[in-house]
Amino acid sequence: MLRKGIALAALGLSLVVAAPAASAAEQKPVMKHLEWSFQGPFGKFDTAQLQRGYKVYREVCSSCHSMNLMHFRNLGQPGGPFYDPEYKNPNDNPYVKALAKDIQVNDIDTETGDTIQRPATPADKFPAPFPNEYAARASNGGALPPDLSVIVKARAGGPNYIYSLMTGYKAPPAGLKINPGQNYNQSFAGDLTPFWSGDHHKVPVGGFIAMPPPLAPDKVTFDDGSPSTVEQQAKDVAAFLAWASEPKQMERKQFGLGAMIYLLIFSVLLYFSYRRIWRNVEH
Amino acid sequence: MSGHSTYEPKTGFERWLDTRLPIIRFMKDTALDFPTPKNLNYWWTFGGILALMLGIQIVTGVVLAMHYIPNAAMAFDSVERIRRDVNYGWLIQFMHANGASMFFLAVYVHMFRNLYYGSYKAPREVLWILGCVIYLLMMATAFLGYVLPWGQMSFHGAVVITNLLGALPVVGPAITKLLWGGFAVDNPTLNRFFSLHYLMPFVIAGVVILHIWALHVPGNNNPTGVNVKSPKDTVPFHPYYTVKDGFAISVFLLMYGVFVFYMPDSLGDAINYVPANPLQTPPEIVPEWYLLPFYAILRAVPDKLMGVLLMFSAIAVLFVLPWLDTSKVRSMRYRPTARLYLAIFLLACLVLGYCGAHPPDQAIVGEPSGFILMDSDINSITWLSRIGALYYFAYFLLVMPILGLTEKPLPVPESISEPVLSHPAGAPAGATASPEKRG
Repeated sequence: MLRKGIALAALGLSLVVAAPAASAAEQKPVMKHLEWSFQGPFGKFDTAQLQRGYKVYREVCSSCHSMNLMHFRNLGQPGGPFYDPEYKNPNDNPYVKALAKDIQVNDIDTETGDTIQRPATPADKFPAPFPNEYAARASNGGALPPDLSVIVKARAGGPNYIYSLMTGYKAPPAGLKINPGQNYNQSFAGDLTPFWSGDHHKVPVGGFIAMPPPLAPDKVTFDDGSPSTVEQQAKDVAAFLAWASEPKQMERKQFGLGAMIYLLIFSVLLYFSYRRIWRNVEH
Repeated sequence: MSGHSTYEPKTGFERWLDTRLPIIRFMKDTALDFPTPKNLNYWWTFGGILALMLGIQIVTGVVLAMHYIPNAAMAFDSVERIRRDVNYGWLIQFMHANGASMFFLAVYVHMFRNLYYGSYKAPREVLWILGCVIYLLMMATAFLGYVLPWGQMSFHGAVVITNLLGALPVVGPAITKLLWGGFAVDNPTLNRFFSLHYLMPFVIAGVVILHIWALHVPGNNNPTGVNVKSPKDTVPFHPYYTVKDGFAISVFLLMYGVFVFYMPDSLGDAINYVPANPLQTPPEIVPEWYLLPFYAILRAVPDKLMGVLLMFSAIAVLFVLPWLDTSKVRSMRYRPTARLYLAIFLLACLVLGYCGAHPPDQAIVGEPSGFILMDSDINSITWLSRIGALYYFAYFLLVMPILGLTEKPLPVPESISEPVLSHPAGAPAGATASPEKRG
């Protein structure tokens, strides 16, 4: 009886310890949770959405943000936004070739050794908007626009965070002092207490971000006629960045399904073998 | 050991080899015929699981090393290139990264099984100590490996851990400088960490061989903790335990697969996808989950050196465990009071793990109390860590020696077969109708 009592007390203690983890949540930035076509073990990317998302990146984000791990060929690989089963080698994909051709990349003229610009090929990396970190900071009021190649994996919340941030630019509440070059965003991490002149218990959530609101209605014209709202652009670019953070993730899930089925059958067979081999042993 | 060998060379070549290098005889006696208690439960399958995990880590690691670039400017991108451009690189890389966590999960189950069934007691002290050596080497290897992707947590984790060693008197600064290969964590550090990370698994494999050797001298412990008395207490390892371990391994691989294929990043920190930046320290530096309890013990002490010493003591105390436990009874099946203290010990380890993952100043319940004791608010993670650490050490240094002398264990069966054969007597009528169907 006593032992049970102590055990219950120990269990109770563990609950007391675990509970405040949830209740003691302080003022956290706003995180909106969306349904994504690619979530879950059977989720798949929506190709049309990836194509729209790429357009948002290309026309808006890429003027400040690099994607150093991405090549144009990635756009045409299986699972990519412009994959065409007719062109197994994405370097041959005419659509990807055309997309690359519109963009100039740096190269070296092998005749003269001069630095030149030429149209990109599918084998080229996405060119970075700034030659180095200092140039990037100088053009952005001292802030460094992060590389977006793995941004969805590098931020807690993943695509939900990207969407929340893109749609988190709200009119700053009265009483919040905003310094020049800063923008209020309800989904950006920060502590606004020093800049808040209102009620101490009602400090607004969110933080200051150097990036001005990048998206606006009709800023990008979608080729498939989707309405070009800020929410739509944000959702599509978040999906594109989620794909870019791990272009092989569809392959991973498909391979995983086969591996799991194999292991499941193997486990069942082993279990019955085990029962059969042990049938005459008393244990 | 198994006593006399039953191996009879059949072909001329086998007879020739047997008189020169009796390796076939050795393998048959140790891996096939080895007499194993017949009552081992599924907790005993984790030894086989661990051997497999070591194999997976070495094979995937060797392949990764073919593509990885140990250079501070290129390491991060090279890991991403493995995932993006190397054939099945994503599979190998995720298997290796998640494999470390699975390895630790299995080793913790294996160690708690030891604690519960008293497997560390005589005559298996050396077996247990070798296991502790493996565990220590695993922690070093995992830490070195975590640094290699050169993300933010890799870099700043390396800074924190190497600085800990710097707190040691006299030798500390020299050790730190040697580890760094300079005056800060930088490219030389990454190079030597890569070299050592490649070396360590083979050292582990060597100690594993000693561990298995030390196991095969006294033979397996078993859930009753009673010594094997007669051949009818045992079954040959093959096929009885190859098939049972095989089933358990397959189920374990299913769980491993869930992580690799469906949530490969869930055990890691998002910030490690940000390339290392020495000038920007992350808001919180947290080790991987399997090292969190020790991290909590470290931070529980206000003094840095004492914290480091206490953290190492938490592992060192495991080495003397066989001599701290005074109980004559091995298995906690017959030690109800000890079982309760072990349950609290498990809870203490989980609480320490929780503390290691949270900022030390964070309040446990509601607002901080404002009452400061030993540099910390009494309503803070730090104080919870202190309570957890206190119990951690009290369990080994007080509970184990005293309880063994004062408790009254339940009657222990005469032999392994006895409780099995006596089942029908105590069981209700009809329960033995189909004994072969009992698990």
